[in-house]
Amino acid sequence: MDRRTFCKTLAGATGITLAPLRRSGWAASAPSGNGKRLVVVMLRGAVDGLSVVVPYGDPSYYRARTAIAIAPPGNAGGALDLDGHFGLHPALAPLLPLWQQGTLAFVHASGSPDATRSHFDAQDYMESGTPGRKSTPDGWMNRLIGVLPGPHAPTTAVSLGAVLPRVLSGPNAVANLPAGPSAVRPAALDRPEVSAAFDRLYAGDDRIATAYQEGRSARREMLSDLAEEMQAADNGGAAPAGFPQEAGRLATLVRRDANLRLAFVSLGGWDTHVNQGGAQGQLANHLRPLGEGLAGLAQGLGPELANTLIVVMSEFGRTVRQNGNGGTDHGHGNAMWVLGGGVAGRRIYGEWPGLADASLYQGRDLAVTTDFRLVLARALERHLRLTDTQVQAVLPGLPAGGQALSGLLTA
Amino acid sequence: MNARRLGTPALCALALLAAGIAHAAALTPEQQALHVLNRLGYGPRPGDVAAVVAMGVGRYIEQQLAPERTPEPEQLRQRLAALDTLPMSAAALFDQYGPPAVRPVKDDPEARKAVERRARIITEQAGEARFLRALESPRQLEEVMVDFWFNHFNVYAGKGLDRIWSGNYEREAIRPYVLGRFRDLLGATAKHPAMLFYLDNWRSTAPGIVIGRGNNKAEGLNENYARELMELHTLGVDGGYTQADVVALARILTGWGFNRQLLARGTATPFYFDAQRHDFGDKVFLGRAVSGRGIAEGEWALDVLAAHPATARHVSFQLAQYFVADNPPLGLVDRMARRFLDTQGDMREVLRTLFSSPEFWDAANAGAKFKTPYHYVLSTLRAADVPVANFRPVFGVLAQLGMPLYGCPTPDGYKNTEAAWLNPDAMTRRINFATAVASGRLPLDRVPDPSDDRGMGGAPLQRAAEVPGRGSGSAAPGAVDPELLRRTLGNQFSAKTLDAIASAPPALRAAMILGSPEFMRF
Repeated sequence: MDRRTFCKTLAGATGITLAPLRRSGWAASAPSGNGKRLVVVMLRGAVDGLSVVVPYGDPSYYRARTAIAIAPPGNAGGALDLDGHFGLHPALAPLLPLWQQGTLAFVHASGSPDATRSHFDAQDYMESGTPGRKSTPDGWMNRLIGVLPGPHAPTTAVSLGAVLPRVLSGPNAVANLPAGPSAVRPAALDRPEVSAAFDRLYAGDDRIATAYQEGRSARREMLSDLAEEMQAADNGGAAPAGFPQEAGRLATLVRRDANLRLAFVSLGGWDTHVNQGGAQGQLANHLRPLGEGLAGLAQGLGPELANTLIVVMSEFGRTVRQNGNGGTDHGHGNAMWVLGGGVAGRRIYGEWPGLADASLYQGRDLAVTTDFRLVLARALERHLRLTDTQVQAVLPGLPAGGQALSGLLTA
Repeated sequence: MNARRLGTPALCALALLAAGIAHAAALTPEQQALHVLNRLGYGPRPGDVAAVVAMGVGRYIEQQLAPERTPEPEQLRQRLAALDTLPMSAAALFDQYGPPAVRPVKDDPEARKAVERRARIITEQAGEARFLRALESPRQLEEVMVDFWFNHFNVYAGKGLDRIWSGNYEREAIRPYVLGRFRDLLGATAKHPAMLFYLDNWRSTAPGIVIGRGNNKAEGLNENYARELMELHTLGVDGGYTQADVVALARILTGWGFNRQLLARGTATPFYFDAQRHDFGDKVFLGRAVSGRGIAEGEWALDVLAAHPATARHVSFQLAQYFVADNPPLGLVDRMARRFLDTQGDMREVLRTLFSSPEFWDAANAGAKFKTPYHYVLSTLRAADVPVANFRPVFGVLAQLGMPLYGCPTPDGYKNTEAAWLNPDAMTRRINFATAVASGRLPLDRVPDPSDDRGMGGAPLQRAAEVPGRGSGSAAPGAVDPELLRRTLGNQFSAKTLDAIASAPPALRAAMILGSPEFMRF
């Protein structure tokens, strides 16, 4: 079936008609810029990094967490060994092959230099890219759109989810793909008679007409990229909701749309103050679909994984000691996950400060030894190939340092 | 619209206004009426343009500047009275929805979530009240100023206790003062627990003193509120203060907070000055020596800030940007700032200067501002004159457009410029919304199911848009009549737009009017 016939078939099945594309979203096309992409996954609510990358070699870990620790490798429900000192949460088993292939790394004891333990402030700082400064008007990924080399298309940056997140807000245009099944649900402008009428109304070249036209083509591109999935959903019935689907959709978009350079998605539910669980339980139940989704994303990207860098981060870590409710409270240092093209994986980066009482931040939390901005700066510099000036524009006030990240990304 | 009650002072002011309106020669009487309905309110409802033409724009402006003389309609009052959390005090909200309600179930995640879900009703009802008034109150300028000042003194309903207090903040700290003296507004926001919590001043403590335990532990000075108080609320970022002034003001304001124990007992006024936290040392603020004497230092500092020329200029600039143009004419800003200082910050007088200025009436400025999502949604519902029983789809649309009510996380509030809101995604979403409203397909007339607890951030537009696969050949019941809509909005459309509308299928014409480039602006 050629593309045009396929579109007609699809239109018949769903009531949607896809206009022929100006660019080729179907066949391989020349990527804009240098073809490198960055995907950022934000875990809102502060994931417990000590359960993600478990310091099983550190006896203090087991002393602090009598009920919710992940056992050392080799035990029932034990961690999956990474490097003889750290292990992966067993619910993240789908990521182990990526670790072994050397495309997954972690930066432990990383995070924001700001001391806040407020989700609101900490997320704000991580998204604005300016810890301690509340008045920054835009997000760092929006500033990044502005300095990316190459032509800008309506789908240069894509946000998954209904509301534009802080990290992508700012003067540069961002395409938006609602989360879940509503992503591909037809909207009024997808109906040909409606779009024809409005296309005529906005046929000019003033600012407002240009914005309209870009919005229409972004939607068209995303719909065509997702056409197969829509058909599958129509034919095959509803698949279970959740991140694996989101990730699958994202992989399709990235693979099909050479213009897509930046993507952002956030997942909630990590604020485990009560009954966090260990190898099983609340946190494990959240980590499992995350691991499956990321593994699926890597697989779905296929050869494009080599051009795509995926960074997973969270606003802060959680207390080293478990609390009285089988949970953990707001802490400080966490682990960042780095996956994809150019990653020299199979290694834990950063400086591990240890969990001995004397090493803890304010006597309770994993210390931050690597500023999260240094990890992002590496990604901008080594992966997206930005100049120092461009990196400074995205992350103003970037501190010096980052020796412990040496080798993380090969240029 | 009722002009009978205008008194003599108002008539004097009318003469002043006439001076500015004389510059409006380029605008026809109908265009003048549309301009004031758009800028002093959320756009015309059916019949409004003709009514303002009949009464004269000068009288309309005077009526809007004196909202206390126009009672809210009985039907509106009844609908507001049905919102049971609306009149609750900050203490009662704290007691029934805050930590005292969570504590007994805090070890049970499900029960805890249920309490938190229950608390969403507060913000939802506050939003409903805001929308009901903006849609139905004849005191339109009052509603516009509530939006202006709320954003100027923004708090965020997504942060902790502000989930329960943001609506109360609007009712007690903003609404009573929107056309009053700036100092009163400043003081009311400074003492409301929603602001004290949002910008962390409640935690701020004289250096060296440690108070509280666990997550409530306050150690040391917190500069957040002091900084925003000068940068955003009063002097402006270029207002001539230094980091040393920020620290001095933070020290002056130590102890300004609320007391959880007293709040929980429901007996206290929400504001509480905690002398134990206060820094009684001497300070230098804006070049003046301040001796440590407790709460009076803070009151003095607010006096100084409210009367400062930089504040007059900063506030005037923001008002002129909001009411006139994204890049406001600086001559107008100067005249407004002078009026601000001459009248000790009487906002009614500052606005009178604005509304009577040639800049406000300049034909180049009329219809040139790009609507915020809030303004766009409200003006759409007013023009289409759709009764709204269920606001959830509307709140969902606002969230999708990036402007959820009470949902701006940053202290600078939502912007009102074209640069902030005109983008490709916004345009397609606005048009999808316009089409849904025009075709009567948004479920606005159904009373929401109380068991549906998705609250204000849901995605009901998509749900509503599931229907339209049917094609647009037949008008659905509840569809908006395009002819009526055109009469409501007056003659503001370009020949090109009229031509595109005329050549579209009749069932799409109302959607095209509401989705037209002219209706995106105001």
